Amino acid sequence: MPKIEIESEFCKGCLFCVEACPKDVIGTTSAVNDKGYQYAVPVHQENCIGCSICAIICPDAAIEVYKED
Amino acid sequence: MKKVYSRPIGLHRNINGYCPGCLHSAAGKIIMSALEELNLLEKTAMVDGVGCCANNNNYMDLDAIGTPHGRACATASAIKRCSPETIVITYQGDGDLASIGLAETMMAANRGDNITVFFINNANYGMTGGQMAPTTLLDMKTTTTPFGRNPEEHGYPMDMCKVLSTLKGPSYIARVTCTDVPNVRKAKEAVKEALQHQVDGKGFSMVEFVSNCPTNWGLTPLESLKFIKEHMLAEYPLGVYRNL
Ligand SMILES: Cc1ncc(C[n+]2csc(CCOP(=O)(O)OP(=O)(O)O)c2C)c(N)n1
Ligand code: SF4
Ligand code: SF4
Ligand code: SF4
Ligand SMILES: [Mg+2]
Repeated sequence: MPKIEIESEFCKGCLFCVEACPKDVIGTTSAVNDKGYQYAVPVHQENCIGCSICAIICPDAAIEVYKED
Repeated sequence: MKKVYSRPIGLHRNINGYCPGCLHSAAGKIIMSALEELNLLEKTAMVDGVGCCANNNNYMDLDAIGTPHGRACATASAIKRCSPETIVITYQGDGDLASIGLAETMMAANRGDNITVFFINNANYGMTGGQMAPTTLLDMKTTTTPFGRNPEEHGYPMDMCKVLSTLKGPSYIARVTCTDVPNVRKAKEAVKEALQHQVDGKGFSMVEFVSNCPTNWGLTPLESLKFIKEHMLAEYPLGVYRNL
């Protein structure tokens, strides 16, 4: 199954990825990073189709995407 | 598992100084990814203007020089003339490029100096707290136009792609934005095209990014993308203005 990894320390909580993901994979929790930003997390990783839309739109290059070989 | 989307290798592994959702970050990411794909990272020198743009040199792994406000195109032209094998780019805001540095921008473009200019138009002076820039939209409120920009008092928004397209020197001029995935892809293509013009020795190239400043616009990051689509793009249409 495809999956994403979000580097929480690079995330600023802009929500661009949350809004853009066609499968509602990404959301936020109450957790904040060292800078105080409420970072994005994959809350429904199992629905990810590996389309990379979230990673392309993330201004801060916090998201990387993996697929089966 | 195979990684199918990676952070550009030229970005340091740290957080940059831009506000949440600021598309300065997106422009920097696209430029670094384009330089990586064209295999130019090792031979590129970046000339930073003054403003929020100068936040980028702590996370873009390039040889970089800061210039006095507005002088990036003059500095870049000098570097390129002394070291023609170096790929020389500038990274400038609208206050920097179109206001205090207007003369330097026009002269470098008119001379057709073989440099590539990245111009981030967020319709204000972001770093200093959101004053009016030449690019501020009519009726847009800024700290120096609290009742909105009024053409009788403050003049009209300045379209730098059109202005520079009246000159003979430039070989490539395009305007892009980063509000959605198709536009991010087009932006990267334009950046690569502009850099290729420099590699091919064709002369002055510029890519304008229609950008945002959520902090000084008083909008959330997502609202600022909507503002770009609904207002900024009406005044600043996307497209290729020159391609010789
Ligand atoms: C000679 C000089 N005048 C004024 C300033 C103050 N100043 C710093 S940044 C800036 C405006 C930057 O605006 P812009 O180029 O649009 O960049 P942004 O921050 O919006 O990306 C000004 C006027 C300065 N640093 N040097
Ligand atoms: S790769 Fe596609 S499906 Fe997976 S989280 Fe990102 S946008 Fe959603
Ligand atoms: S787009 Fe990037 S910075 Fe914005 S919330 Fe998502 S991961 Fe964080
Ligand atoms: S002040 Fe505006 S231009 Fe500067 S980093 Fe913040 S949002 Fe971006
Ligand atoms: Mg600006």
